[in-house]
Amino acid sequence: MEAPIVVIRDLSKIYRQGEVQVTALNRVSLQISAGEFVVLMGPSGSGKSTLLHIIAGIDRASSGEVRVQGINVANLDESQLADWRNQNVGFVFQSFNLIPVLTAHENVELPLLLTALGRRERRQQVDLALNLVGLGDRGHHRPDQMSGGQQQRVAIARALVTDPALIVADEPTGNLDARSAHDVLGILQSLSRDAGKTVLMVTHDPKAAVFGTRELHLEKGELARDLVQE
Amino acid sequence: MALPLRYNFRNVVVRWRTTLFTVLGVAAVVAVFVLLRALARGIESTSGNTGDPRNILVVRKGSQAESGSLVTRTQFRTLQYFDEIARNERGEAVVSAELVMIVSAPRRGGAGEANTLLRGVTPRGMELRPQVTLVEGRWFQPGHREVVVSRRLSGRFEGFEIGGTLKAGPDHLKVVGIFDGQGSAFDSEAWMDADEARSIFDREQYSSVLLRPRDSAAAQAIILRLEQDKRLGLRGESETLYYSKQTMTAAPFRILGGILGVAMSVGAVFAAMNTMYASVAARTREVGTLRVLGFSQSSVVMSFMMEGTLVALMGGIVGCGLALALSVYVQARGVYFGTMDFQSFAETLFQFRVTPDLVGLGLLFSIGIGLVGSLLPALRASRLPVIAALKSV
Ligand SMILES: Nc1ncnc2c1ncn2[C@@H]1O[C@H](COP(=O)(O)OP(=O)(O)OP(=O)(O)O)[C@@H](O)[C@H]1O
Ligand SMILES: [Mg+2]
Repeated sequence: MEAPIVVIRDLSKIYRQGEVQVTALNRVSLQISAGEFVVLMGPSGSGKSTLLHIIAGIDRASSGEVRVQGINVANLDESQLADWRNQNVGFVFQSFNLIPVLTAHENVELPLLLTALGRRERRQQVDLALNLVGLGDRGHHRPDQMSGGQQQRVAIARALVTDPALIVADEPTGNLDARSAHDVLGILQSLSRDAGKTVLMVTHDPKAAVFGTRELHLEKGELARDLVQE
Repeated sequence: MALPLRYNFRNVVVRWRTTLFTVLGVAAVVAVFVLLRALARGIESTSGNTGDPRNILVVRKGSQAESGSLVTRTQFRTLQYFDEIARNERGEAVVSAELVMIVSAPRRGGAGEANTLLRGVTPRGMELRPQVTLVEGRWFQPGHREVVVSRRLSGRFEGFEIGGTLKAGPDHLKVVGIFDGQGSAFDSEAWMDADEARSIFDREQYSSVLLRPRDSAAAQAIILRLEQDKRLGLRGESETLYYSKQTMTAAPFRILGGILGVAMSVGAVFAAMNTMYASVAARTREVGTLRVLGFSQSSVVMSFMMEGTLVALMGGIVGCGLALALSVYVQARGVYFGTMDFQSFAETLFQFRVTPDLVGLGLLFSIGIGLVGSLLPALRASRLPVIAALKSV
């Protein structure tokens, strides 16, 4: 087994709204190894997105510990966390979240603008990422000139262009037709299998789950099942 | 590296409707701001470039302006023999006793009447003002009821053309020439023979005396001598200084410019703020996405402030362009503006000129509007909680 890239101990997340308390995550413990493609499933409101956000450093835990590549993300302040996300995590959203006024190329380039790379190197990286998702010839198109499936592939290119160890995806196929969903899942699968990326994906679709190497089930904020697939 | 400017630029273009309104609003404010400044400057440059620093203008003690001053013949006779006064090649003292009267004349195009200054001037007085040159017709002849008017006045008053007449008191003066004062205050005057003027208006006294001292030491001496001679009751000062003090007429424009400037810039700031709040609201999820990608709060602030400034600057460019176009048009057509001189109630004519530094000032002003107007919206954008922002539609 590879060394764990994500180590979670007793992680809880409690939302307080006045008198009401919502326990989104309840003492979750979990390890994810480098190169795994983890599929996170569970009913609506079970805490999947919350868990994803905390691992990815865009939300903070109420208690417990989260280490990613040995780093305790709770110890980073907002701006350190932003840099950390930029370098270590790639995001894929259900609704693509591309910047509508920027071309595919410019969208993919965005995370690289925060690095020290020069214009030429950025261009090479962006072309590489777009080729990887099969959109090498679509760089100059704007999001509204592309299908949903293509937009999501651009979003994946944006997520992997900085070469992060961890890629997180929250229902990436939720807005896609079956064919595009299949393409997207195939790309995520090859990222974990061929490029050694750790992929963490939330989905409601049991058919999507088969692309992963491991299936986690959350129920009411607790880990209910953990299946490693053959 | 921060977010690229083209990102802001394209957002501005995509939201062209709101952008256009803000651009036009800021443009109007900047244009008015620049024009008011140009007007104030036009008035100042008219007064500022009048006279010769070597000349001394003498008026009655206590008089601020020539038109309210009286110099008696006795006073003039005493003054005339001051030996500090220079002499010309014919051995004559270079000194000119003049009469300044206010006459009313009909404006061209039937726009009522306005006051103008009629100066009774002597040959020495004309030598002392080489700025003023004849451009059409001829000079008046002594002993004739003739007058020469400035080109500016000629364009502005009915009958102020060669062959026309100017009504002065009970008499009519024939216009025989047109002069050009090269942008000086004399461009707002009509000139006639001094003795003839005194006879028409039945005046014993003069209004003022213009003279040329032998040198600057003599000039100081004359000013001092007049100041110390309480019995004579006259006051002397350098001609250029006298006219630059008349610059006071620009004050109302400066004050109006100040008040209007403040009121309108508040309006423009709110317009910019409104646009930017709308922009932030429409791009909440985008901001969330950028934050997730690693862009800091400060780069979000910068980006939105850039964008607001960009919109305002576009307004500034349009506004300065408008002001510049108007200025070029006015110069080309030879249109003049009149302002009332509050001492003589005569009109001072001037043009405004939008100079490069005024354009620079207008652009800076628009940038200021943009920065102030976008500050709060930018801060709001940067403080959006990331996850909530991502969930927004
Ligand atoms: N900002 C918040 N304030 C209060 N409660 C919240 C907040 N965000 C999430 N919750 C609650 O936390 C719980 C878990 O939410 P989460 O979004 O993680 O669920 P999920 O498993 O991703 O659901 P879905 O499949 O519908 O996306 C839910 O009960 C939700 O109502
Ligand atoms: Mg969710």
